[in-house]
Amino acid sequence: MTSKFTSASTIKGVRGLGAARSGVHHWWMQRVTAAGNLLLMAWFIISLILLPDLSFESVTAWVARPLVAIPLLLLILSSFWHARLGVQVVLEDYVHTEGMKLLATLALNFFILGTAAVAIFSLLSIAFGGPRA
Amino acid sequence: MAEFTLPANSKINGKGKSYPAPNGATRVRTFKIYRWSPDDGQNPRYDSYALDLDDCGPMVLDALIKIKSEIDPTLTFRRSCREGICGSCAMNIDGANTLACTMAINDVKGDVTITPLPHMEVVKDLVPDMTHFYAQYASIKPWLQTVSPEPALKERVQSPDDRAKLDGLYECILCACCSTACPSYWWNSDRFLGPAILLQAYRWLADSRDEMTGERLDALEDPFRLYRCHTIMNCATVCPKGLNPAKAIAEIKKLMVARAI
Repeated sequence: MTSKFTSASTIKGVRGLGAARSGVHHWWMQRVTAAGNLLLMAWFIISLILLPDLSFESVTAWVARPLVAIPLLLLILSSFWHARLGVQVVLEDYVHTEGMKLLATLALNFFILGTAAVAIFSLLSIAFGGPRA
Repeated sequence: MAEFTLPANSKINGKGKSYPAPNGATRVRTFKIYRWSPDDGQNPRYDSYALDLDDCGPMVLDALIKIKSEIDPTLTFRRSCREGICGSCAMNIDGANTLACTMAINDVKGDVTITPLPHMEVVKDLVPDMTHFYAQYASIKPWLQTVSPEPALKERVQSPDDRAKLDGLYECILCACCSTACPSYWWNSDRFLGPAILLQAYRWLADSRDEMTGERLDALEDPFRLYRCHTIMNCATVCPKGLNPAKAIAEIKKLMVARAI
């Protein structure tokens, strides 16, 4: 909300701090990870359907195969990265208090890194036959 | 956070006046028009004017002019060319932004509801404050910029093919229908340039005679100035000139990628 009474409607306000000279990489990676998600998620869902059954033993045995574990690892990286980029856009759209936006973006990054670490550790545990508690 | 409700003094107060149709009118149509004055301390209201369509021109602007001339001279709106080339009479008619002068009354079913362009500060009635929009336009330097010396005694020439690249761009009349229909512009107009200004920016990027393409892209490369566009496409839906600002923005994004990878 701006009007002629606030600085943002002057040329100085509109020029502001200048262009950030970034955003291309964010935009491009969102598209690249979207394509990655599409391919890997399709492979994952079709593979699950083609499994003889979905018991714990047969699924973990399937996941432990190198040619399954590696694409699954890529799927985790692609989807978590894509989620981070997407939620960041939502925060930029709707959170307008600068301090709150900074905190929310930090929280988002920690959450994504943390949950991605859990997912990767779980996958590697199955792949390398580690403890299954 | 984004504001999803109107500020307290912006809510419609329900105390609008009603002006009946003239006696003997057969084709009566009611125009429900947003009214707000900075001078009376009142909340905005809707006034209803019943007109005889047999005694009125075909366009919504004809009705507005008739109301102002014959019924209520306090009704305030911008208009100039009355043929869709000046962009002055942009307003929200029947829920969509358009030009009052090119919108036929008969294309609206039932009462014709008219409000100012959405999410703009209102100066009075249907007149929004365009100061910020124009400052954003000025910020993209909407003129030919070159580094090469001017050709002696002649203009900078352009082939018909290169000139054709400006079709769909040069027609923009800066009425702001698109920008004020864009949710991204509603939430972030302080930093997002919006569809109208970005289409104008691409008009200069696409001009074969302009030599400041890199500098222009530098000035747009920003998460807010450019990348708030999420291809919602309201801009292309409402443009009264039939242009597609979303496509122009997509072309800018393609240029950004082309120079980065």
